[in-house]
Amino acid sequence: MSGEIAILGVGMHPWGKWGRNFVEYGVAAAREALADAGVPWRDVGFVSGGATMRCGYPGYVAGATFAQALGWQGAEVNTSYAACASGSQALAAARAKILSGQADVALVVGADTTPKGFLAPAKGERPDDPDWLRFRIGITNPTYFALYARRRMEAYGDTPEDFARVKVKNAEHGFTNPRARYRKKFTMEDVAASAMVADPLRLMDVCATSDGGAALIVSSLDYAKRIGKGDAPRIAAISTVTPTFASAIIEMPDLATDSAVAVPAKSFRAALPAKAYEEAGIGPEDIDVAEVYDLSTALELDWIEDLRLCGRGEAAGLLRDGATRIGGRIPVNPSGGLACFGEAVPAQALAQVCELAWQLRGQSGDRQVEGAKVGITANQGLFGHGSSVIVKR
Amino acid sequence: MAPVVDGLFAMGDDGLALLGSRCTACGTYYFPKLETFCRNPDCASEGFESVRLSRTGKLWSFTDACYTPPAPYVAADPFVPYAIAAVELEREQMIVLGQVVDGVGVKDLRAGMEMELVPGTLLDSGEAGEKATWKWRPVAGGAR
Repeated sequence: MSGEIAILGVGMHPWGKWGRNFVEYGVAAAREALADAGVPWRDVGFVSGGATMRCGYPGYVAGATFAQALGWQGAEVNTSYAACASGSQALAAARAKILSGQADVALVVGADTTPKGFLAPAKGERPDDPDWLRFRIGITNPTYFALYARRRMEAYGDTPEDFARVKVKNAEHGFTNPRARYRKKFTMEDVAASAMVADPLRLMDVCATSDGGAALIVSSLDYAKRIGKGDAPRIAAISTVTPTFASAIIEMPDLATDSAVAVPAKSFRAALPAKAYEEAGIGPEDIDVAEVYDLSTALELDWIEDLRLCGRGEAAGLLRDGATRIGGRIPVNPSGGLACFGEAVPAQALAQVCELAWQLRGQSGDRQVEGAKVGITANQGLFGHGSSVIVKR
Repeated sequence: MAPVVDGLFAMGDDGLALLGSRCTACGTYYFPKLETFCRNPDCASEGFESVRLSRTGKLWSFTDACYTPPAPYVAADPFVPYAIAAVELEREQMIVLGQVVDGVGVKDLRAGMEMELVPGTLLDSGEAGEKATWKWRPVAGGAR
């Protein structure tokens, strides 16, 4: 049995700081995806939502919330919460439903409305919650990104200019992306002039939080053929593996890594694409384009190595040579990445898949990666969540 | 002075140490302390002993906080930036975070430096105005 499903349609509400109800963004994205797929809403048998934790009860039951807003029509619903990988887990639930023959067509959708400023922990005095504990002693999200960035500088000789180069590249990529929040070209000087947040990372090295919504219409390959879309891009792999004990790298929100006394330390980030490659039966040499989670500029370089698009410590060289630009050997974040979007947690992993679908259909306009046939995503969030999705055509 | 959180660290004859636990079956260390079920997937142990973790280690990476963190952090007004260290403990084979002592910034730090734990304070919204914590400090001379 083929483990693949078809992507019939994709849609996104533009990212921004719109301050409206998250349901609006999700419904707009879902309607665009339905229109793109040419599938009537009543034909959708399964609605799989990525949950948001910041928008009250409707956010906890996002699948049902979107199904109601689109008009209850008797579909089955699911809601997945997996931090930054919520969208991918919602997609995995849809794939399981389709591959088991319980649904032909599914809508996968995630959307968020984000508060201003630092992401903060839930309120109250809760020392047993590692997320509360680390904020109490002054360790924020950028702290972790900065520790990884500084480690690259110390271990591989990367420089703050290399990190700025990632921002400049992604800003160029996203400049004409109508769904991106920041559409402005930046120079190395602009990055260097922005305020230091957590040395070596400056404001322009760290991604913002955004409002946005993304949706996919996915189906069985049979259904795709029946409606004349047998050549639609396919999901060839969805990896949502947990870390394997013992963690090699200090992970948000922990104060310490696991102790590697009894078993060797393993990289979680590297495990995510490794499972995806295995599932799709392909390797890094087959990848034409990658969308990775650049929560910080430096983290994009870590991902490139975790995806094995080059050896450890070589990503900055790849960047300096222009290999990761559109037109280069292996373009990374042609959408503009989180640098141009900011993060809308339950929508972000789906937005990555939307971009790959457009790229593989040759519909990305100015940011088109010529001849792209296989793409991969990678993302990671708190508490052992992450994902990597392979799309091919 | 009351600790910022109970049970994370304590003074001893040799100075301040973080309080962890160690699985009596597989030897894995935990910080903060774990005393229920070992998290090594190959270990079914429920036996733990309390241990003082190594007081010194090698600097793995470091950064600073230039913006005021959100609550529950209690910040001075105006905000005073501080450095943060990630230190590798050799015996425990783990990396532990902490603030760096006042007066030591990112420019004074390099990966591989020998670091030691010392007592420090954090501002607190309670009556005393501050609480005790652990901080990392380069070992005298900052030898690499």
